[in-house]
Amino acid sequence: MNPVEARLKELMLASLDGDAKSYGVLLNDLARHLRFYFMRRLADAHKGDADDLVQETLMALHTRRATYEVDRPFTAWLHAIARYKLIDHFRRNRIRATVPLDDAQELFAQDQSDAAADRMDVERLLQSVPAKSRDLIYRTKIEGQSIAEVAQSTGLSEASVKVGVHRGIKAIAAKLKGGADDDR
Amino acid sequence: MTTDDLIARLTGELKPVPRTAVLRRVAIGLGSSLAASATLMYFWLGMRPDLMTAMETTPFWAKFVYTLSLAIAGAWALKRIAHPLGSIRINLALMGALIVAIGILGFMQLAMAPPEAHYYLLTGHSVSICTLNIVVLSLPLLAGAFWILSGLAPTRLTVAGAAAGLASGAIASLVYSFHCTESGMPFIAIWYTLGVLVPGLIGAIAGRYVLRW
Repeated sequence: MNPVEARLKELMLASLDGDAKSYGVLLNDLARHLRFYFMRRLADAHKGDADDLVQETLMALHTRRATYEVDRPFTAWLHAIARYKLIDHFRRNRIRATVPLDDAQELFAQDQSDAAADRMDVERLLQSVPAKSRDLIYRTKIEGQSIAEVAQSTGLSEASVKVGVHRGIKAIAAKLKGGADDDR
Repeated sequence: MTTDDLIARLTGELKPVPRTAVLRRVAIGLGSSLAASATLMYFWLGMRPDLMTAMETTPFWAKFVYTLSLAIAGAWALKRIAHPLGSIRINLALMGALIVAIGILGFMQLAMAPPEAHYYLLTGHSVSICTLNIVVLSLPLLAGAFWILSGLAPTRLTVAGAAAGLASGAIASLVYSFHCTESGMPFIAIWYTLGVLVPGLIGAIAGRYVLRW
């Protein structure tokens, strides 16, 4: 079982038995996950509603917690409620949006602090790549330019842009592997 | 209110939840509205006067088993759709199979009867009121079923409404079978079944407005 699921489920089961301390931990944890989930799915004009949606979802969890079936995954249950609240929000505000068929994994995939840390990691890793490759990776992978655009602005052939990007990524991969080995 | 305040409030209010809470809510909701529907039938339509002798005949029990099985499948569907991610596909399949079974019984009876008896087997003496009576008897049950769902967490409201309607129609047809003196299987197969499906349709349409949470 996924460790997030295992941890949250344990907290939920304790909460259903009336353990207020576990419940507090659970709700705080979920508030963070939910905020990130809603922020990502609301258009810029509606980002301000994310906190309302978080609170509505937590309220719904509270008043309808009896509907959690203990032999089922907790994350899937909560995700269904969050998704329902999001769709209801769109309907109420007559927002025409498509909610992708995501699954519970996405709600619990990451939280914001991790995303910020990831960005810092990327910057640090890129510093370790030779300057020429670094520039190419930055343009193609982070800024999202196409190979052709980069080739034109740097005066390189498309083939050498691809090779440059590939070498840089290989260097990063080697470094990540090395880093992981060092950690062990 | 900030999210932290809300969490503090909810944590302060926490009470243990018994594992059977959902089942209990379904039982209370359907039990009390069944009582209401049966009372309505008793005072409005009355029990069939020949109940005792009818209980010795096969058609009575065929009707009873048919409507009771539909009622059980419907109540079970209601319980399942009350959960987020709930699905009632199995229940619909089961109800479909029951309808096909009564259809076959009705068809067999028609095939064995002389042609001049066909019209009566299909329409009985109460064709104009049967389905309507069942729909009326299903209304208290539909209210009860919606009350059940309103405290739980159905995430597909049209399906949830349909489950509530089918369960109500099925239980109402069970109640009605204690008033109705019809005994033709083709009659039951058509008009009773319609009495289950019409509330199902009403529930499905009303569901997405009434059941929002």
